[in-house]
Amino acid sequence: MTPLLQVEAVSKFYGARIGCADVSFDLYPGEVMGIVGESGSGKSTLLNCLAGHLQPDAGAVRFDTRAEGLRDTITMSEPERRMLGRTDWAFVHQHARDGLRMNVSAGGNVGERLMAVGARHYGDIRNSATDWLGRVEIAADRIDDRPSAFSGGMQQRLQIARNLVTGPRLVFMDEPTGGLDVSVQARLLDLMRGLVREMGLSAIIVTHDLAVVRLLADRLMVMKDGHVVETGLTDQVLDDPQHGYTQLLVSSVLQV
Amino acid sequence: MNVSAYNFAYLDEQTKRMIRRAILKGLAIPGYQVPFASREMPMPYGWGTGGVQVSAAVLVPEDTFKVIDQGADDTTNAVSIRRFFEKTAGVAVTEDTARASVIQTRHRIPEMPLRADQILVYQVPIPEPLRFLEPSEVETRKMHSLEEYGLMHVKLYEDISQHGAIATAYAYPVKVEGRYVMDPSPIPKFDNPKLTMDAIQLFGAGREQRIYALPPHTRVVSLDFEDFPFEASKADHACDLCGAGDSYLDELIVDDAGGRLFMCSDTDYCTTRRAAGHVGAQGVPVKEDVA
Repeated sequence: MTPLLQVEAVSKFYGARIGCADVSFDLYPGEVMGIVGESGSGKSTLLNCLAGHLQPDAGAVRFDTRAEGLRDTITMSEPERRMLGRTDWAFVHQHARDGLRMNVSAGGNVGERLMAVGARHYGDIRNSATDWLGRVEIAADRIDDRPSAFSGGMQQRLQIARNLVTGPRLVFMDEPTGGLDVSVQARLLDLMRGLVREMGLSAIIVTHDLAVVRLLADRLMVMKDGHVVETGLTDQVLDDPQHGYTQLLVSSVLQV
Repeated sequence: MNVSAYNFAYLDEQTKRMIRRAILKGLAIPGYQVPFASREMPMPYGWGTGGVQVSAAVLVPEDTFKVIDQGADDTTNAVSIRRFFEKTAGVAVTEDTARASVIQTRHRIPEMPLRADQILVYQVPIPEPLRFLEPSEVETRKMHSLEEYGLMHVKLYEDISQHGAIATAYAYPVKVEGRYVMDPSPIPKFDNPKLTMDAIQLFGAGREQRIYALPPHTRVVSLDFEDFPFEASKADHACDLCGAGDSYLDELIVDDAGGRLFMCSDTDYCTTRRAAGHVGAQGVPVKEDVA
């Protein structure tokens, strides 16, 4: 089986400081990978390198493109990479404001990716937008409201709808539940789990919240100081942590 | 001040060469915004400094120059720019579209079809069609170079979702030769179909320091949706002075009782028609008008 994403020895340095170093893993279709670690451990740097937002200093990120099979996304041309970014990839930002156009209506936000890949029929775009708002539990009569009139949880759900409308195969998520209160988080996680299973998506989720990865991720990677210190199946890593830092991380979670 | 102290058409020859290079590059890449070193002109930004610099670079002593502002030859802006070149270039000026060889315009394309030996110069306030959607110049340039124009349709989508139709009535975005999306300057969308013409069209944005161009017969397509096609709209009326049913109209409120009058925004077109004997609903025959 060909991996959907093959990451090989990716390193990124900020001057003399390490962003992330020598990270390798394979992600198979339909698999959800969690990356956990404390702030500053290089999670977001790694995610941005994988998603093409940052240029890694070394290594290769090979993606299984529809047309030509595995291709290194770091060396491919920028138009190709940006094309992937709006078709086969999706990126869910921690702050919905970074991923949404705040001065464009919810329908326009969802429709943007469709129009970016050439949809030119208003009625069809509108119908997909309505459909997707429904799937992320946003009432259809909010379609012409701007995201600034939405609550934080709704904005985050809108961002997810906007990203998934073109049927991507790989979703990058950077702290998707950050800044939301726990009941909203729970519903969002529920929704994401449903969508991931239903669409057969692969996802890479960066978070510091172990509950998120426990629910969503099949596999887990623990990072510290830019290095991967432990990998394995999620339940295995969380229930029987081997590395000292992972043990600390797991034991730091407050039990209610 | 001694007018003869100026070079022909105000700008020095080096500056004109620089602008002509930008114009040639613009003509070679239709719709592409060419940066140029815009000069300080003796008028404020927003009054047509870009158009004036382009006109100065293309004018030759044999030219006949015409300036229109919103279709009219007799507004402050048009009169002062026309006088400026009368003084600094000594060229002949006219209000007659057919006689002019260089026409500088703000917000309109003349009703009369232009010929291959004419040049139309537009004054452009904001040359970047994507500007109000994407504030970053770095990003918009990248979008142009990679032909990522989905965002332009987001604007039209927003129009339809809010107003039930594409409400953009001026500065309606166009795609040039299937490549660059271009702002045709704030002309009414009624004028968009005329952008494919026999004459050369040059666009100058002084404050934003950009020049772009359309060579003759360039294919210019107004953006739209399949189920909401582009429509060149105008007031549903005929000119009250000359009776023309095919020209773009201005609406004038003439009294406090709600009385109104529609008249051609192209004053030369209206005058020519009236001189030829056409009379609109509220018009008077041209002889009495003169007296």
